Amino acid sequence: MDLANLIIEDAAAGLFRVHRSALTSTEIMTLEQERIFARSWLYVGHDSEVPEPGDYRRRMVAGRPLIFVRGRDRIIRVLINSCLHRGALVCRTDVGNASAFQCFYHGWSYDTAGKLIGVPDAEGYSAEFNNREQELVSPPHVDSYRGMYFVNFGKSVPSLRDHLGNARELIDLTMDSAEPLGGWTIIRGTAKFRIRANWKLLAENSTDNYHFRTVHRTYTEYLTERRERAGAPAPSVNRINNSRSLALDNGHVAMLTQSVGRAIANPSPVWSQEAVAETRRVRDELVKIYGEERGLQMATVSRFLIIFPNYAFQDTQSGFRVRQWWPTSPGEMEVNQWEFIPRRERADLTAYRLEGAAMFLGPGGLGTPDDIEALESCQIGFGAPEVEWSDISRGMQRLPRSDDELAARGFWRQWHALIQGLDGAARTGDVAAPDSLPPKMELRA
Amino acid sequence: MTAGTANADGVPASQDNLLLRLAVEYFLFEEAAHLDNWRLDEWLSLFTKDARYLVPTTDLPDGDPARDMMFIDDDYERLKGRVTRLKSRHAHREYPSSRTRRLITNVRLTRIDASEVEVEASFAVYRSRNEMIAPYVGIYRYTLARQDGGAFLIRRRRAELDLERLTDHGAVSIIL
Repeated sequence: MDLANLIIEDAAAGLFRVHRSALTSTEIMTLEQERIFARSWLYVGHDSEVPEPGDYRRRMVAGRPLIFVRGRDRIIRVLINSCLHRGALVCRTDVGNASAFQCFYHGWSYDTAGKLIGVPDAEGYSAEFNNREQELVSPPHVDSYRGMYFVNFGKSVPSLRDHLGNARELIDLTMDSAEPLGGWTIIRGTAKFRIRANWKLLAENSTDNYHFRTVHRTYTEYLTERRERAGAPAPSVNRINNSRSLALDNGHVAMLTQSVGRAIANPSPVWSQEAVAETRRVRDELVKIYGEERGLQMATVSRFLIIFPNYAFQDTQSGFRVRQWWPTSPGEMEVNQWEFIPRRERADLTAYRLEGAAMFLGPGGLGTPDDIEALESCQIGFGAPEVEWSDISRGMQRLPRSDDELAARGFWRQWHALIQGLDGAARTGDVAAPDSLPPKMELRA
Repeated sequence: MTAGTANADGVPASQDNLLLRLAVEYFLFEEAAHLDNWRLDEWLSLFTKDARYLVPTTDLPDGDPARDMMFIDDDYERLKGRVTRLKSRHAHREYPSSRTRRLITNVRLTRIDASEVEVEASFAVYRSRNEMIAPYVGIYRYTLARQDGGAFLIRRRRAELDLERLTDHGAVSIIL
């Protein structure tokens, strides 16, 4: 496998190509497990999912069964869900509240901090065994940022903070924006679905506005029809000349757009007057607390961020959600998606928010099924190895807009460095000096 | 049938109710025929203007659309938009349209009054497309509005899936 030549980049000619074996090869997928997933910071859950002592959620992360649990001591931990005795799962329900985890196989039990507290017929073991302190294994690195917990299975790794790098500035904008409303909380219900396509295609798709006009035409038509009936102008879904594709530190990438329909705090013209007035109030409060520039960034800009390698953070005109996806084979991935709302958001705005989320970005929406179709269609196309290259060159020689492909290139550059066993790409952007953060965009009050 | 026998929801197995169930089944089978034949406008005409069509997520079949994530939470206007979309050749996931076959069984009446009938029914909706066939399996919960002359309109239609993940189809791209 010629790893060095999986990506061909010619900056002078404005060309960027990815060899399609990167999207089909079992050998590559094995390397990805070793060189990417076994040493990257990987999302596990948000603290709002385990609010009370004993609350837990089961999660599968890089094939490892994990328990994300708030202990009786109120400390959040990540425990590997495998009994120290023979390996069975000590927790077999996806969500709940536990005073202890008891393995059903032979009855070993653990407290909510993971400590082994009970072994049936302990007299069958030596005194030394019984005197040893034992606890469920935790991933070697567990850390959190703004309530989001991550793990890393690598040996020596950068801190989560350093890993997130300048992506933190975009995360902070979204997290701060809900502070006047009590902060974000993840609601019940998980979108769990499968896509028959390579996992990296979803990273490309999630920061790609180039496909919006073609793939999401029926969604745009739906929005237009509803607004016309409400006597409102047709949506300019994205002010394309005032949007950005960004390559951030360590392979994180983002797409920034400006569009209405944001419950914080850029309302849709079809919303009720009361709802519009409330979003104006929230926006004014944000500007008062954070200043005009940051406040308007929070209110009017949609942020589609990918934390490398497989975590999307999408604060958009159709709700705020996070998504994580895992390859199950070179041509298939599993996706999990969770939705946030502000704790003290008014019910009418939450209703608009959830309506927007369900109508576009979910497996039953008017958008996501067509994205899935596009990705699966690509994967079928990759069945012809005679067509060797995919092209990701768009916008290489201009200030990249959200419908350019800088974000995809940033992701691929980092991927290419890691797959070769390097620590990271020398640069993820097209040029040495990246856009300022947040970028200077014309924000309409 | 012994007089006084009632189902688990307390609906008596009277002759009237058995006839009502036959009428409900007739209605559900006609609805399924519209969907299996992609007669979506005719299907939409079966709904009241205050209708709701709901599909909860697979991990939360009892989800509440006011505060939980749903796969689908359509009022009549959104449902109309969904139908318009599905008729377009730009609804890429369903163009060309998949072939579907709805098997509806275990029809139970769970509440009856003068204006409404509540119904639950098991379903297996087979969808085949792109060399793949797989079922969506679950339970329908209907509220049917009784019309003059014994006809029905759908006021509430909720499809709760028994799947743990949208594995085979990846999405709910058809009307369930």
